[in-house]
Amino acid sequence: MADNIFFEFLHMEMVDYVYKMDVSREEHEQVKMNAISTLENMGFRVGQGLIERFTKDTPSFKDDLDVMKFLCKDFWVNVFRKQIDNLRTNHQGTYVLQDSKFSLLTQFSNRKQYLLEAPRYLAYTCGMVRGALSNLGVDSIVTAEVSLMPACKFQVVIQRS
Amino acid sequence: MSRQASRASESKKMNSELFTLTYGALVTQLCKDYENDEEVNKQLDKMGYNIGVRLIEDFLARSSVGRCHDFRETADVIAKVAFKMYLGITPSVTNWSPAGDEFSLILESNPLVDFVELPDNHSGLVYSNLLCGVLRGALEMVQMAVDVKFAQDTLRGDNVTEIRMKFIKRIEENLPAGEE
Repeated sequence: MADNIFFEFLHMEMVDYVYKMDVSREEHEQVKMNAISTLENMGFRVGQGLIERFTKDTPSFKDDLDVMKFLCKDFWVNVFRKQIDNLRTNHQGTYVLQDSKFSLLTQFSNRKQYLLEAPRYLAYTCGMVRGALSNLGVDSIVTAEVSLMPACKFQVVIQRS
Repeated sequence: MSRQASRASESKKMNSELFTLTYGALVTQLCKDYENDEEVNKQLDKMGYNIGVRLIEDFLARSSVGRCHDFRETADVIAKVAFKMYLGITPSVTNWSPAGDEFSLILESNPLVDFVELPDNHSGLVYSNLLCGVLRGALEMVQMAVDVKFAQDTLRGDNVTEIRMKFIKRIEENLPAGEE
């Protein structure tokens, strides 16, 4: 099978659709559901499903860091064909995952032209990460930022109740 | 060695699950956004079309298949090369019309519907309609206008999934028809 180019195209269409829908919604002044959160929610559900099937033969994790490492290596390789390049943590529940060539951004120009649009192409992935973590018993808030395409950083802040 | 091989297959599986689940999430979202199934089908077809017009380029680059001499050859390439490449399945080509301008792709299994059950209130939904759009868009870029639709669908209780394709005409003009 050809990498996941089909997925990448589908993802682009999805982002495009959700944004267009969002605009038309605002015109009708119905309940405003922000496009980012729509995409995030879609990703959340998918992340849950993926991780559930993916970890069914994996021994249980010993702590949060262990979970994060698994996410950066095995999960990322399987979904995006490469590992996270850099994982950092303050040991207080905040993790920064750095991908220097994120596959959903590689189709863009490397210059600043599309920097503003970049976040919408990360929302789905943020949701997926949050969904995956949630099914492993870790509640979190996941955000992403891009400063130089196609590199991006995901920040995971673990929520303790 | 064997471990690596099993990893590779694991990764393939995960990749296709990612696609399947993402597609599911998308269809769910469309069903929330539109009131009737007809609209959802139309939207899926449109998105498929947008994918198809770009996917053909990737396909030609990757597969290095040459020009097809007739519609039968096109059918074979679609079934044996394109479906294999992007969905990992090889549908069979059957039910040719006497004039040779219409055929069916029979999908024994459809990766798009791996985890899917249709609820009763969506009887009009053609769940995998995206594929029709992809085929239509891709073929339009190689100067073929075709009509693509689902004739049978396992989701609706049929034994197999059947995509019916009908050749309409060769597109002569150089400018591609604008997308909506």
